[in-house]
Amino acid sequence: MSRLIVSPSPHFQSPNTTRVLMNDVLIALAPATVVSLLFYGWNALLLLAVSVVSCILCEFVIEKYLRGRNIPSISATVITGVLLALNLPPAAPWWIALIGSIAAIGIAKMCFGGLGQNIFNPAIFGRVFLLVSFPVIMTNWAAPAGWLGVDAFSGATPLAQVNEGLRAGIPASQIIAENGLTGWQAFFGAAGGSVGEVSALALLIGFVYLLVRRVIKPHIPLTILATVALMTTIFWLISPDKFTGPVFNLLSGGLLLGAIFMATDYVTSPMTNWGMVIYGVLIGVLTVLIRYFGSYPEGVSFAILMANMAVPLINKYCKPKRFAA
Amino acid sequence: MNPILITIVTLTAIGLLVSAILFIVAKKFKVEEDARIDDVEALLPGANCGGCGCAGCRDFATKLVSLDELGDVQCPVGGGETMNKIAALLGKTAPVSAPKIAVVKCNGTCENRPKVNDYDGFATCKVKASLYSGDTGCGFGCLGCGDCTRVCKFDAISMDPATGLPVVDESKCTGCGACVKACPKGVIELRPKGLRGMRVVVLCNNRDKGAVARKACQAACIGCAKCAKVCKFEAIAVENNLAYIDPEKCKLCTKCVDECPTGAIHKFNFPVKKKVEPKPEAAPEVKPVEKPVEKPAPEVKPEPKPEPEVKPEPKPVEKPAPEVKPEPVEKPAPAPEPAAEPAPAPEPDDREDVIELDI
Amino acid sequence: MKNKTFAIGGVHPAERKMAKDAAIEVFPLPAKVAISMAQHLGAPASPVVAKGDKVKVGQVIGTPTGFVSGFVHSSVSGTVTAVEPRADLAGNKVMHVCIDVEGDEYAEGINLSGRVERDVKGTPEELIEKIKAAGVVGMGGATFPTHIKLAPPKDKKAEYLIINGCECEPYVTADDRLMREHPHEIVMGARVMAKALGVETVIIAVEENKPEAFAALTEATLRYIGFYVYKMKKKYPQGGEKQLIDAVTGRRVPSGGLPIDTGCVVQNVATAYAVYQAVQKDKPLIERVMTVTGDCLKERKNYLVRIGTPLSAILDSVGGLPDGAVKVISGGPMMGKAVANLEATTQKGSSCLLVLTAKQTARTPEQPCIRCGRCTQACPMGLEPWLMNRLGRAGDTDALEENKIYDCIECGCCQSTCPAHIPLLDIVRTSKADVMKIIRSRAKK
Repeated sequence: MSRLIVSPSPHFQSPNTTRVLMNDVLIALAPATVVSLLFYGWNALLLLAVSVVSCILCEFVIEKYLRGRNIPSISATVITGVLLALNLPPAAPWWIALIGSIAAIGIAKMCFGGLGQNIFNPAIFGRVFLLVSFPVIMTNWAAPAGWLGVDAFSGATPLAQVNEGLRAGIPASQIIAENGLTGWQAFFGAAGGSVGEVSALALLIGFVYLLVRRVIKPHIPLTILATVALMTTIFWLISPDKFTGPVFNLLSGGLLLGAIFMATDYVTSPMTNWGMVIYGVLIGVLTVLIRYFGSYPEGVSFAILMANMAVPLINKYCKPKRFAA
Repeated sequence: MNPILITIVTLTAIGLLVSAILFIVAKKFKVEEDARIDDVEALLPGANCGGCGCAGCRDFATKLVSLDELGDVQCPVGGGETMNKIAALLGKTAPVSAPKIAVVKCNGTCENRPKVNDYDGFATCKVKASLYSGDTGCGFGCLGCGDCTRVCKFDAISMDPATGLPVVDESKCTGCGACVKACPKGVIELRPKGLRGMRVVVLCNNRDKGAVARKACQAACIGCAKCAKVCKFEAIAVENNLAYIDPEKCKLCTKCVDECPTGAIHKFNFPVKKKVEPKPEAAPEVKPVEKPVEKPAPEVKPEPKPEPEVKPEPKPVEKPAPEVKPEPVEKPAPAPEPAAEPAPAPEPDDREDVIELDI
Repeated sequence: MKNKTFAIGGVHPAERKMAKDAAIEVFPLPAKVAISMAQHLGAPASPVVAKGDKVKVGQVIGTPTGFVSGFVHSSVSGTVTAVEPRADLAGNKVMHVCIDVEGDEYAEGINLSGRVERDVKGTPEELIEKIKAAGVVGMGGATFPTHIKLAPPKDKKAEYLIINGCECEPYVTADDRLMREHPHEIVMGARVMAKALGVETVIIAVEENKPEAFAALTEATLRYIGFYVYKMKKKYPQGGEKQLIDAVTGRRVPSGGLPIDTGCVVQNVATAYAVYQAVQKDKPLIERVMTVTGDCLKERKNYLVRIGTPLSAILDSVGGLPDGAVKVISGGPMMGKAVANLEATTQKGSSCLLVLTAKQTARTPEQPCIRCGRCTQACPMGLEPWLMNRLGRAGDTDALEENKIYDCIECGCCQSTCPAHIPLLDIVRTSKADVMKIIRSRAKK
């Protein structure tokens, strides 16, 4: 007879390992990725490939030669790579993805100690890093020809069009009417923007999958969307000329991508339900404020980065409900 | 008014005000501190190991300055030399000290002590000990998860993968006692370093009855008391089926080493071969250093030579040898080494990492 | 009515109650028994027999040595062969009385008839004394002496007696079978305890996955006023004392408090059965129902087994350890203890012998925490295991105390949900012991 194994209780481990969870996130990202590849074609594929491969290489080199261990979860790294690619403009050159990956993994993730230790969501950090460093390339929304043959959407994102128009003094409703920006065109995939923003529907399919598999709780995405809807409604009712409406805001730009996939990143989001709600509201408020009053047309990335900084505080003060008072 | 003038006046006013505040605060919140504390701290090793029982070297320095008599207060790392310097500085008498070293009282290597089950929990001795008696038949010996190696600030204790037991690097061990506290089984003991590092130790911690202990481990002390009988100096006591050699009484005759049926008694740092030189060498070295001598020293025969291999008879004969006197000299050699070492103090973070990786 | 459950956390492990259709069998008398003197929480009993003594079934062989302690009885008749420290299932040396079995002769006065004695005689004090003399302890696993729980301090009044038939641990079916086969005895045991406590209301809590037991107990309680049988949701740790009180009454046991602070006393169904035997049949606690189960075993049984039977004998009766079996657990997979020594013997608290294969139980290497918060969501006490893991490794006992580590009930929910397979409970458990030591030493001052 072989020797018995002795260990402390409990004697089972969860079948939902880190790898399973992360693979589920990748599966949830698949619809959005496929749709964007269809729309943007080879260049999107190149960006995706470069950013995934360089993320893995970057993490591998740092883990192996500076820390002397293997990558703890390669799926988590792949998620960062995919998210980063989905956050790039479709016409961006391949080296943008490379630099973004190095910033995301090398600075935002590994400098803080690797998986589980980072304060900022690496993909968002990478995107913001690029946005600040290469503003021209990162706001060039020219759409390369896709595999569907649809190259309809023009050079600027709806949000950018509105932003420019408002600065020029044109009322919001007029800009929207002139450009046909109802917001709904983004739902099925006909709006300019970064690679992953192309179809809200595809993102929502991923969201449902994550909820069904219980990978994430709905608290964060729902509070973000609810906050944005509420705030934009209030502003819109106050002055429809100065501010865009809720439907337009919910469906355009990276809001869904950010709310569903980036803000819910385990490592950089709070753990308790109330913490998640506070975090979601914070992101929603910051997004709307940046979109309405900031100089950038798109605010989700900055909002999430700023909310990331608040997470340790939220975790400190939002304790779970104790059993014994 | 001239703007230059206004600027000058304003800046001067601010300067005055701020300096007044600084002055008041400095006066009001001044903490009187004995200047000697800094001097004493400078003499201490600065390892902040906590072996003295204080929270770091500065705390210990404060305590030293406040004491009327140094008494038994010791810096285990710096040893007698450091304490002498401090005593001189403070105008007090230093305690007599014997440098100590950690000894792992277990020889339950993989061959001696076969495993009877496999432990699969968190790999620290603390968790393992709280769960059960251990993965070998012996419930008293080393658990082999290396808690001692992780608490050592001097990198002096490490696990030997071949035996699964910790090994103490004598040149680095300062006798701070951190590993002794970390060991849940009480396997590690601080013992006087001994004359020229020579020690005779029972490497076993098993208090089971002989047959049970022997079944669990071939190198176990079975409490047969043969060693106690053969010892001429009453240095060995058998209690709870376990022999213990009192380092104060042991004269390093090593008779017990030969007598022990299970080989549980080991001798350390005895010269390997009979040489004639040792004596001459010993003599020159003997400088009447002011070193406070360990108690054992005076009576101890200087004989490093008393060969292990030599029949019991010759040894006693040699022992009475006149060299007794010279010995007082504690070899300065061992002491300085440890003092120099303390540098590498792994940060807590690193240790945590190590734990993670180990799992 | 919605099935009741506790408010915070909890997990849903696969139930795998594979032995639930195996009727209770009487396990054959072993040739030798070794009866531990430390089968209850608190001070071990001191043996009152010596080598060579003849003993009968039910004869006292150990007497209590402190306030929290208990009697130990011989479970067999025969000759004492040794009174010596032996390794228990964790390998620790504990005083055992070893007896060679000769025949099966019961001590005087034990009523062995199968009739249900429904007439509860005696004052509360007499009842408690009888329970104490029979060596009854909490048989859910904690083995706290029952007579102490039944005699709360004068200033505290019990309002409810809760009989715990949840059996929320996967695999274990001993209580289920007992409730199905002996519901009347359990209800009578509850009546005895209710009388001893002076409570009017007795609530029997059964998880929803045991409909037969629920039906049997409902039927058995029909004739008694003040008896309620509650159906509980299937959720681990429904059978935890604090969780059960919360689920049934909505009251919360305060930090560091006892169940009696909420006016509740919780007793396991097996304890109720033992109390019935002790008071109505004058039969001390010498045997218990024990499940032998595991996916890899040929047969899965529920045995009525004498205390002191070697675990190896029980395993042999179901075909021995099969190939690939690497772990034997005394108790359930969530809170049970892994057996290091198969020569150890059954005790009053041994509810189950579970055999697992390497695939089911071997631990995989720990990965970094990804802060998914599953442990926090699962903790039924509302604690933050991830944080305590970090603080515990750093040895920060002050912060641990601030985060109420002392509330941990060691249910294992956190560790069993962790996707990174971090040994959370291993660390929390030892850190909790450290913190408790500090709290106690402070209280002494």
